[in-house]
Amino acid sequence: MERWLFLTTDGLSKGAVYAAFALAIVLIWRATRIVNFAQGAMAVAAVYVAYSVTAATGSYWLGFAAAVLSGLVLGAVVERVVMRFVEHAPPLNAVIVALGLVLLVQAVLGSIYGNEYRPVGTPVSRTGLSVGGVSLLSAYDLLVFGAVGLVVAGLALLFTRTPVGLRMRASAFAPEVSRLLGVNVAGMLTLGWALASAVGALAGLLVIPTELGLHPNAMDLVFVSSFTAAVVGGLDSPVGAVVGGLAVGLVLSYVAGYLSADVTPLAALVLLLAVLLVRPGGLFATTATRRV
Amino acid sequence: MSLLRVQGLTAGYGGAPVLSDVDFEVRAGTVLAVLGANGAGKTTLLRSVSGLLKPTAGTVSFDGCDLRGVRVEHLVRRGLAHVPEGRGIVAELTVAENLRLGGLWRADRDAVRADLDEVYGLFPALAARRGHAGHQLSGGERQMLALGRALMARPRLLLVDEPSLGLAPKAVAQVMAILRHLRDTTGLAVLLVEQNVRSALAVADEAVVLALGRIAAAGPAAALRDDTALRHAYLGF
Repeated sequence: MERWLFLTTDGLSKGAVYAAFALAIVLIWRATRIVNFAQGAMAVAAVYVAYSVTAATGSYWLGFAAAVLSGLVLGAVVERVVMRFVEHAPPLNAVIVALGLVLLVQAVLGSIYGNEYRPVGTPVSRTGLSVGGVSLLSAYDLLVFGAVGLVVAGLALLFTRTPVGLRMRASAFAPEVSRLLGVNVAGMLTLGWALASAVGALAGLLVIPTELGLHPNAMDLVFVSSFTAAVVGGLDSPVGAVVGGLAVGLVLSYVAGYLSADVTPLAALVLLLAVLLVRPGGLFATTATRRV
Repeated sequence: MSLLRVQGLTAGYGGAPVLSDVDFEVRAGTVLAVLGANGAGKTTLLRSVSGLLKPTAGTVSFDGCDLRGVRVEHLVRRGLAHVPEGRGIVAELTVAENLRLGGLWRADRDAVRADLDEVYGLFPALAARRGHAGHQLSGGERQMLALGRALMARPRLLLVDEPSLGLAPKAVAQVMAILRHLRDTTGLAVLLVEQNVRSALAVADEAVVLALGRIAAAGPAAALRDDTALRHAYLGF
């Protein structure tokens, strides 16, 4: 029971990060029908910015803000400079371009910072609070839940309650009609990439200190888990991304705890297959048909 | 006076031009029907006017101003609204959201609210279904929504592409009646593309017949209606 409680809280904490990262994947997919395979590398780049700013100023939170901001900028730049040219091309073009971007970003980071793992500090303790002898949630877990919760709530409000959110949704669903209605669709795409990239940067900031540390490839496995989460959730559904993220976090945590940490990548694959066999569109796929 | 003037318009999709040297004009407060069979170039004509398709030659001027170089998303701010073929509503958004989207660029929020009430008054079916998603609507309701949404921009010229397509006769009559009502009460000009010749001529002031991308006939709607030879040759009734 104690072990189960520990694995559950640990799984939910990891799952919250996957949820945020999956949400970033879904945001871009909805807007452009592109899976941004470079999202992990872009998030790592933002975390390196945080690392440098924190090292220079001594403030974790300044680094945090710098990472989110550079995530925003990086997302906008990638959309404007690179992705804009493949948005209407065959899907494979975008995949190849994104993979090229991964190599580029990782090579640049490697040549600036070196290819070694750097430990990253956290602003609050990662030691679990002991409840009745069981080590449960740490202060850092609470920070993760809080941050991801705020992001999810913020995005939900943005998309459902604000004019900009309405424009972004309309641009994603019906770009041509939206232009006829006066919506600056190109601007909305850039904004979508910027937001997604900032959310990805935040997820990177939260998860990297809990793993091996900062390295140009630090988000590779997180990307795999989050992509699984996004697909499990339906790829088109923000709610699905959050639920999928938490589910993947739990499954991986249980598998690592009760079986072996070595089989967790396999477990992610099995989960993916199981869900896609039962519901090929993912758990939260919308039944509405899409006009093409 | 002429609100929209199209001169020497030639347009296509890379191969042979779909439209060749098309001239016409729409006067303020009138309905111009563009008639023609499938593939005559009617939709291409509307898409070239609103800039979704860049013409290879010719000019389109609206209210005396050349529309070349004007971005599509700015047209609605100038008073030109395009209701695309297939009732281009955003199926994933609700009726209310679709309508809000139509007036989102406007700064005069109070007037937008008043216009929203007016649209709901004009289309009571939409008022009853404002929380429903677009894909839950019937074909007629979708057409109402597309029209209502365009009206939220308070346009001076409405481009409407085949509003009767796939609609029951009663719904077609309703759509045409609303276009006539808007012209008569607000002075709205309409460029109406239609295959349903009888319905279109019943509402139009003037009409042009498009055949294989060229203007085959033009004139007052009543004259076209009475020209038996022309009707047989191009309009099939």
